[in-house]
Amino acid sequence: MWRMYGEMQIRRNFYQLMRRDEMEMIHLTIDGKPVTAEKGTTILKAASTVGVDIPTLCYFELRDLGIENKPGGCRICVVEVEGRRNLAPACTTKVENGMVVNTHNIRVLNARRTVLELILSDHPAECLTCAKNGNCELQSMAQQLGVRELPYTGEQSTYRKDTSPAIIRDVDKCIMCRRCEMMCNEVQTVGALSAVNRGFMAVVAPAFEMNLEKSTCTYCGQCVSVCPTGALTEVDHSRNVINALADPTKTVVVQTAPAVRAALGEEFGLAPGTLVTGKMAAALRRLGFNYVFDTDFAADLTIMEEGSELLDRLSRYLKGDKTVKLPMLTSCCPGWVNFFEHYFPELRDIPSTAKSPQQMFGPIAKEYFAKKLGIDRKNMIVVSIMPCLAKKYECQREEFKVNGDPDVNYSLSTRELAHLIKSANIDFDSLPEEGFDNPMGESTGASVIFGTTGGVIEAACRTAYELYTGKKLKKVDFKELRGFENIRHATIDFDGLPIKIGIAHGLGNARKLLEDIKEGRNQFHAIEIMACPGGCIGGGGQPYHHGDSEILKQRAAALYREDEGKAIRKSHENPFIIELYKEFLGKPLGEKSHHLLHTKYFDKSAGVFVEE
Amino acid sequence: MAKIKLSEKKLQELKDICTSFNHEKGELINVLHKAQGLFGYLPAEVQEIIAKELNVSVAHVYGVVTFYSFFTMTPKGEHPISVCLGTACYVRGADKVLEEFKRILNIQVGETSADGKFSLSCLRCVGACGLAPVVMVGEKVYGRVSPDGVKDIVAEYRN
Repeated sequence: MWRMYGEMQIRRNFYQLMRRDEMEMIHLTIDGKPVTAEKGTTILKAASTVGVDIPTLCYFELRDLGIENKPGGCRICVVEVEGRRNLAPACTTKVENGMVVNTHNIRVLNARRTVLELILSDHPAECLTCAKNGNCELQSMAQQLGVRELPYTGEQSTYRKDTSPAIIRDVDKCIMCRRCEMMCNEVQTVGALSAVNRGFMAVVAPAFEMNLEKSTCTYCGQCVSVCPTGALTEVDHSRNVINALADPTKTVVVQTAPAVRAALGEEFGLAPGTLVTGKMAAALRRLGFNYVFDTDFAADLTIMEEGSELLDRLSRYLKGDKTVKLPMLTSCCPGWVNFFEHYFPELRDIPSTAKSPQQMFGPIAKEYFAKKLGIDRKNMIVVSIMPCLAKKYECQREEFKVNGDPDVNYSLSTRELAHLIKSANIDFDSLPEEGFDNPMGESTGASVIFGTTGGVIEAACRTAYELYTGKKLKKVDFKELRGFENIRHATIDFDGLPIKIGIAHGLGNARKLLEDIKEGRNQFHAIEIMACPGGCIGGGGQPYHHGDSEILKQRAAALYREDEGKAIRKSHENPFIIELYKEFLGKPLGEKSHHLLHTKYFDKSAGVFVEE
Repeated sequence: MAKIKLSEKKLQELKDICTSFNHEKGELINVLHKAQGLFGYLPAEVQEIIAKELNVSVAHVYGVVTFYSFFTMTPKGEHPISVCLGTACYVRGADKVLEEFKRILNIQVGETSADGKFSLSCLRCVGACGLAPVVMVGEKVYGRVSPDGVKDIVAEYRN
């Protein structure tokens, strides 16, 4: 009886499989080409399989990260489906058997141009002075469709400009594509932005149309990285940096984050994944920075502090100390720090107290290096080049200032650095490969991979393993921690002690992981979290990827390549780090380290919503 | 936006509304309907509580509230005035009646007079087209209203 049931079950599964294979393919014609696509595919995607490229504007996809925006709102992608009265939006219309689709006939082209002209009728024609000039998808579309005049004139919607410490909202330039809303709500689950009001008055705004600074915004900048126009851009600190460079009384020091070297080249037409570490250092020197240092050095320092903290918590836990908080969460991502301060303040004693590499670099520059040079910290300007917008906010936090003087004065994005290099007339491609200055320019392979998801925890494992076991690692690579899956788990064998590791990138995934921990569904010893999908390589300050996830993969691969090519690949073996502890800091988690390299977190969950 | 402290009782009633819809995200519009029935309008605080109860962002709740013209964030006046702008009323000059109300009360549609006495809104057909143009003050219906008659209607409630 049971055997028969089992057989029936197997047979049924088999037929279901067969049926699915047969049923799911749809045959249609696009621009005269026969196309076969799975049931449920949109015309847009089916067309791309036969090399037919339909222009889009509101549509956005990061394929390998499962991110898609298709509100069907802009109507740029309309196509003609024979037998259908009106034109169909290709991004939301599903393929059907026998469909005959024309994507570029005169009816479609005329409609597409009219749609664009109507969008432009409520868009300020300020291209010359717009931050997105040359990088704007609306501008490219006008170019592609050959718009040479604006036939529709009339009232334009106006809204106040909102400037926060990191992001500027200029909603007059918004075309209501809703990409930012999708990123903020579905991917990041931050929920700071939503479409509000209706019709002509509609804008994307925080609750009650308060300023971004008052909202739950984490400044992750993912809204900026997907905005097709100049509606969302970063606060530009380039002028402040130029002024500092021109001031002879200031010693200007620069630090560059790991992920910048893997993406900066794109701004100069180099292939994604081209490493420009040496050229970047050369360019910074040409720009006039007095010392060209590396945030990677500070990342090694972070590993010393954070890794030691993990070992300290672990050993106390193993000894039965019930007060120990586990898992330990990484704390180098400022978007993530803002996120848990807003949404999980009750968990704020779990993350490592170690400052981020940017903020570790600051006090080492101003309290150690400035003294070595014999100058006052007020006469030293520390600039950071970051793939990130949240870093702009982080360096302004009150706890990272000494008598009002910030440890890091200005944080520029990768894009701002590219602009700076271009405006200084430096031919980037012909620059020689130069090295960083010492002492804060030396770094290990462990610090380089900080820039991609899984990298921080891999770097921590390399050091923690050797410090805990007292043995040399046979294999430095922890491939099980790498990859692009949203949430990853791995167990690392610390010589008989299994260490359970969790990794999440993207704040929505971080939220899932945190909720699992809160509900007791999963247990870990250590967790790495990065706010941006892909980690810092996909940061809000990086060159625009325009939805090409291959670019993110190439950037990550570049960082692993740089790591592999390094002579020293473990943070605790960095000779300048060893020297720094010997000469200045003492020991990891020591008194001086605690004072300069560790921080605390705040509860920001209250007082957000209603202004008095 | 001034903060209004909700009473414990009202707060509980609001939470009960959310519970009666199982705290489902998809029931947001229904919850907002009931909440507006309870408070007469949807102040920021109420939206904040609903967001928390339904586990959605406040920005999203605000987005829905501002999208539908039925929802309002301004408290209604003691005597809510509704001018019908349905087809029958409109062709018989309801727009001019509405303009007169705006002029006399010195408020726009959706607003409440400074003394809190009157609020002004529009609606679409009350099913009394034979009396067009129709104006409602609270529950009371006024038929065949002319712009000249507006000041008399207002005067009825002034004192």
